Amino acid sequence: MSDYFDEVLTDLDEYIDNLGGVSRREFMKFCTGVAATMGLASTAGLKMAEAASNPQRPPVIWLSAQECTGCTESLLRASHPTLDQLILNAISLDYHETLCAGAGHQAEAHRLLSMKQNFGKYVLVVDGSIPTKDGGIYCKVANKTSLQHLTEAAAGAAAIIAIGSCASWGGVPSTGPNPTGAVGVSEIIKDKPIVNIPGCPPNPYNFLSTVLYFLTFGSLPELDSKSRPKFAYNRLIHENCERRPHFDAGRFAIQFGDEGHRQGWCLYKLGCKGPETYANCPAILFGDVGSGSWPVGTGHPCFGCTEQGVGFTKGIHELSDVRTQTPPDQYPGINENIGTGATTAAAAVAAGLGGIALGAGAVIASRLGKEDDKNAAEERKEQESPS
Amino acid sequence: MSAHQPVGGKIITRPFMVLSVLFMIAAAILLARFVLGLGPVTNLNDGYPWGIWIVIDVMIGTAFGCAGYSVALLVYLLNKGEYHPLVRPAMMAGLFGYGLAGMAVMIDLGRYWNFWTLLWPGYMQFNSVMLEVALCVMAYIVVLAIEFSPAFLEKFGLKDIHKKLNKVLFFFIAVGILLPTMHQSSLGTLAVVAGHQISALWQTQLLPPLFLISAVLMGYALVPFESILASMGLKRPMETPLLAKISYVALIVTLIYLAIRVGDLLWRGALGLAFTGSLDALMFWIEMALFIVPVVLLMKPANRIKARTIFISAASLLVAGSLYRLNIYIIGYHPTAGGSWSYFPSVTEMLVTLGIFSLEVILYLIFVKRLPVLHHAPTA
Repeated sequence: MSDYFDEVLTDLDEYIDNLGGVSRREFMKFCTGVAATMGLASTAGLKMAEAASNPQRPPVIWLSAQECTGCTESLLRASHPTLDQLILNAISLDYHETLCAGAGHQAEAHRLLSMKQNFGKYVLVVDGSIPTKDGGIYCKVANKTSLQHLTEAAAGAAAIIAIGSCASWGGVPSTGPNPTGAVGVSEIIKDKPIVNIPGCPPNPYNFLSTVLYFLTFGSLPELDSKSRPKFAYNRLIHENCERRPHFDAGRFAIQFGDEGHRQGWCLYKLGCKGPETYANCPAILFGDVGSGSWPVGTGHPCFGCTEQGVGFTKGIHELSDVRTQTPPDQYPGINENIGTGATTAAAAVAAGLGGIALGAGAVIASRLGKEDDKNAAEERKEQESPS
Repeated sequence: MSAHQPVGGKIITRPFMVLSVLFMIAAAILLARFVLGLGPVTNLNDGYPWGIWIVIDVMIGTAFGCAGYSVALLVYLLNKGEYHPLVRPAMMAGLFGYGLAGMAVMIDLGRYWNFWTLLWPGYMQFNSVMLEVALCVMAYIVVLAIEFSPAFLEKFGLKDIHKKLNKVLFFFIAVGILLPTMHQSSLGTLAVVAGHQISALWQTQLLPPLFLISAVLMGYALVPFESILASMGLKRPMETPLLAKISYVALIVTLIYLAIRVGDLLWRGALGLAFTGSLDALMFWIEMALFIVPVVLLMKPANRIKARTIFISAASLLVAGSLYRLNIYIIGYHPTAGGSWSYFPSVTEMLVTLGIFSLEVILYLIFVKRLPVLHHAPTA
């Protein structure tokens, strides 16, 4: 495979600086890895590499509204690619309030320039919910409300990615009593394709994969009814959870720190929302540090951050609605029969059969013994008698 | 004319009736098993998915069935023609042992209706020991049937076919030696796969050769055992001189087995477990004693010509080899460290196993009485 890449992408060596010091091999591995994460063919990785190393990097405008910067922080911790590889090489991040080098009027001017030059072509990323109450005065940047910023930027966007639960449906700011009238991007922008990447924070790879998919194919990945990419959000956490067998076997942690909790049993009764939350957390984990690195893996119940109506809405220790009660056939059932040991009858039958076998053996042996003696006596007689 | 003759006599005798009743009971239980499933009939559980139906009927049954293999080794591989009279009864023992083991597997399969997938190449997983065992055992049943078929052909006077078969029989004999070598050792590999779940008293990388050698020695033990019982039961003269020789072979194989077994225990440093006072340790000593008693008895040449010593040694070796398999797959098998699982066969399970063995004896009686199986008895 690497030879194939060498042949097709010979000029990538020249990109070595553009790749932020990342070797071509690592870059290829990353693109192929992303393709694999999304369930695409390995050749899609090649296309992604081509797209991401295109000198005509697609412009991205990133707007922040009522948010905590957790989504950006989460992205900063991605390692394949790192955010700097993404924004310096794959895309042209023309505006991001946390990351832009410029500040104040300079930054705002650059944003407007980019929006004008790339009208209809740029990708708009939004994190944070949009306040709508009282004209949206609760969140302002450069003396404009988030509502205004969003409406303006959305007009020229090719696609919109709403990152995080806040941008997806309102998230934590929209939780009752919702003093700012916070809503998600899709409540305001109705005429553009929107991808929601919910999560608090979302897994950075779900975002990066979506961006690279868009860069490569010019379209958005397949979405579910809540506009979430299916490659990441089509399965209940409960279905892929490493503690699922405990659920099916009826082994639950009842309190933090109790025996079941220490044994790593199912957290359903502590309020785990895995049974009603769609996300790939148990499959791809967080932070690239290996197994167990996700909330349930560390012993905390899932609180349903990717699921509207669950995360920030239900109580943390409230029981979830189990969407798939019946475990798949191949899972161990509840109250497995563990065996009762020997019953009196079984022991008696076993002993009886053993006794009969032993007795029969003894009888046969004794009869054979008599025959042996008889034979020996006859032999002796034959030897004694003159023949 | 063939040197083999049917024994003749009535088929329906009192032992035949008793055995038939035992078989009918087993058949009734099996009907319940196929209607209600394994759960209501057996004590099997997820910790012990293999009970006596597998360990006794299959593992031990096929080891008994190695009589055909063991005698073929002696007669055809080592070219010891003097043992030829033992071949046909040994092949028959093999056919019964393996045939009924195949039946037992079908009974024990939870989803027996998927059995056909075993033979469908698209479903085969070629790294599976189980697949190897299954295909090998099935092939061997066919080979045993062909090897035993001269008895039928003689009975029904099909001389032409018999002649043709004789020309190619060497091929089936060769395959019949190859196949058990493969699957009897693979039955040991199945236990290797279970890893630390099996007590270190038994778990070793040498399980495949130990299974093979113990199956061979059980085969050599079964021949005199069966011959003596047949002589007594059917009132025929004893074949003591021949049995004395084969007991000597059994002794040699047992010594080889014990050398490897004890050497392995010492080399792995696992012998300490035998002094822990657990059930495992007790069963280990009983098993070892049953292997050692025949060695002590048969070491003395004068003892080897006594029918009683031959019988006791053979029976002891058969029980020893059986206990070795039981110890590995049930008694020394601990599915979890905490030990929450337990298994003891249910009455119904035991009755089915008893019924299958009864069927084996019933078939034996019918075959030796009606087919030329046993060697022509010298007038005594």
